[in-house]
Amino acid sequence: MKKFIASVMFALSASVLVSGVAVANEGGVPLEKANINVHDQASLQVGAKYFANYCMGCHSLGFSRYNRVAKDLGLTDAQVAKNLIFTRTAGEPTKAGELMKNAISQKDSAEWFGAPPPDLSLEGRLRGPDWIYTYLKSFYLDPSRPMGVNNVVFHNVGMPHVLWELQGFQEQECTKEGEGENAPEHCELKMVKPGKMSPAEYDKVARDITAFLTYVGEPAQLNRKSYGVFTLLFLGLFAILAYFLKKEYWKDVH
Amino acid sequence: MAERPAHNYTGFLGWVEDRFPMMETWKAHLAEYYAPKNFNFWYFFGSLAMLVLVIQIVSGLFLAFHYKPDTGLAFASVEYIMRDVPGGWFIRYMHSTGASAFFIVVYLHMFRGLIYGSYKGKRELIWLIGMAIYLALMATAFMGYLLPWGQMSYWGAQVIINLFNTIPYIGEGLSTWIRGDFVLGDATLNRFFALHFFLPALVLPALVFVHIVALHAVGSNNPDGVEIKKGPKGNAWSETAPADGIPFHPYYSVKDILGVVVFLMGFFAILFFAPEGGGYFLEQPNFEPANALKTPLHIAPVWYFTPFYTVLRAIPNPFLGTLAMFSAIAVLFALPWIDRNPIKSWRYRNNAHKMNLILFAVVFMVLGWMGVEPVTPVFKELGTRMTQIYFLFFVVLWIHNYPAKAKYVMWFGILLGAVAAYDVVFRFTPGDSDATSQMIMQFVWPVIYLAVTLLLPAFKSSCNAEKPVPERVTGH
Repeated sequence: MKKFIASVMFALSASVLVSGVAVANEGGVPLEKANINVHDQASLQVGAKYFANYCMGCHSLGFSRYNRVAKDLGLTDAQVAKNLIFTRTAGEPTKAGELMKNAISQKDSAEWFGAPPPDLSLEGRLRGPDWIYTYLKSFYLDPSRPMGVNNVVFHNVGMPHVLWELQGFQEQECTKEGEGENAPEHCELKMVKPGKMSPAEYDKVARDITAFLTYVGEPAQLNRKSYGVFTLLFLGLFAILAYFLKKEYWKDVH
Repeated sequence: MAERPAHNYTGFLGWVEDRFPMMETWKAHLAEYYAPKNFNFWYFFGSLAMLVLVIQIVSGLFLAFHYKPDTGLAFASVEYIMRDVPGGWFIRYMHSTGASAFFIVVYLHMFRGLIYGSYKGKRELIWLIGMAIYLALMATAFMGYLLPWGQMSYWGAQVIINLFNTIPYIGEGLSTWIRGDFVLGDATLNRFFALHFFLPALVLPALVFVHIVALHAVGSNNPDGVEIKKGPKGNAWSETAPADGIPFHPYYSVKDILGVVVFLMGFFAILFFAPEGGGYFLEQPNFEPANALKTPLHIAPVWYFTPFYTVLRAIPNPFLGTLAMFSAIAVLFALPWIDRNPIKSWRYRNNAHKMNLILFAVVFMVLGWMGVEPVTPVFKELGTRMTQIYFLFFVVLWIHNYPAKAKYVMWFGILLGAVAAYDVVFRFTPGDSDATSQMIMQFVWPVIYLAVTLLLPAFKSSCNAEKPVPERVTGH
């Protein structure tokens, strides 16, 4: 048996080594922690405001409804209609009960940007908050691109730097570590033209937009866990009862 | 028509009993079905599988109220359920968590059968019916996974259906027949929805019914592998029942309540706190609608299929890979005829057999892990080696049938030679030094496996010794 345990331990340690190598090889851009809090209603409200004003012209939230967002963010339908709805539906101002779509033409936008801007209803689940947060902070000037900018986490992205007036423009500076052609490069983003906001202020805006998109990805997450706590408490008590019930019955068997 | 047993029920119950064997059935299958009294932890998973089946059918019914099997509407209808249907997210997570829970429970239930030899002693049909349930379950899960019409739904189905393409002559026609179209589209989604309802609602319950009828006819096995019906008669409840048996109801029904509650605690912990199951229960690419023009970087099936997916990828030839994948499942049907050792439970089998079973479980898990990882030279080789061991397991199981007479060293030589010959003839590509060095380094896995299961019992008699099976069940 000892030999067997030793061989299992060997197999396990070898597999750990193997997986370690794979992770190191996979590479990819390190993502910054978004540190969002979807239960911070003020943060979600600010995120919704920036999203509606800067993003929604191109990116719809086609599975989400304005009044659901209003309810979850502690806003009234009137506040949402006044601050977040800029579209008309069949000639009338869009109502709060409708889906958060926009007016951009799929065909035109495909011509402008190379691909139509995707719907972002599920972006928070598809890419995760850390990706969105890092993405919003990682635009840099690149004259070779049609929009004049590129992005570190989404290489050759078709999207312009929409938040440039808030963040300003960054440039990517790469330095080689060591000698030779294949020496690893270390790249950093440097601010070359500051925007209206300080880096700390812009980080907060990026974080709020991320929080909002994460919330929109799964609105149920706002109260899902509290149901879970009560369910598990109930089952915990039930388990104690079930245990003693079983014990009582099984006295006959022993 | 045989005479029905007389009964003493009066009033309404008597009226019913005269016309329908209600209490007769209740007694035969619950109150007077005598199950061995020594069931342990492993015996929870049969009833848990039934519980999960009910969860899946009921939650699936409610999902079907709102779901639309149409390529233009399916993805949005799932999001409609998640956002606009009251409690819809809960129903959907019940169903998605339930799918994974089903396979966890069923895999444990099957492993229970393996370690206690539950397919032995006139129980071969129970195992075969169980395997049919497993197949129906896999088909159901596969078709259900297409329904959300996300990227992984689409590309996963694309990969699996295209496997049929690899069959010579009939492949193209077969996969077109399955899709109902030349491309994966609306026709496929529609029929998969129909089948995803038909199989679990009609076929699975029927198979489960037959599974239990067969089980109750022969009687349950137990951790000691002792046939309680062949032992002495007479217990506290009946003079004619096996002495080591206890009525299923109330003893195992109250025990199963405890099992159900503990299971549900895990189930709901995932459902409420981590419904995506770390990206394994709900895969991230599936939050993007299906797009026929955009292939995801890395297509991985859901975790419960990944062991077989690795087997598929272990063989570069597509048809042979497909064949290997289906054989990996098909060989499980033959287990009762491969494992002919008269001792049922691993408690009384030799240590080499125990290690064989444990290593098989480990190998199955590594195969599953390889199936979710992208193919790198290291992982490719590891997946291939684990595939080899997966199939070697069944040969070793057969060699362990009669340990006293087994020619262990000879078989060690034959099997290791077979692996090496297979490597040299089919896998060695001159010039690919990366793959070759991996092949040589990871040759260690089959060597370790065969050494543990065949050389250890050959040279260490304590690893080959079987223990006498007791007359009566132990414990309790």
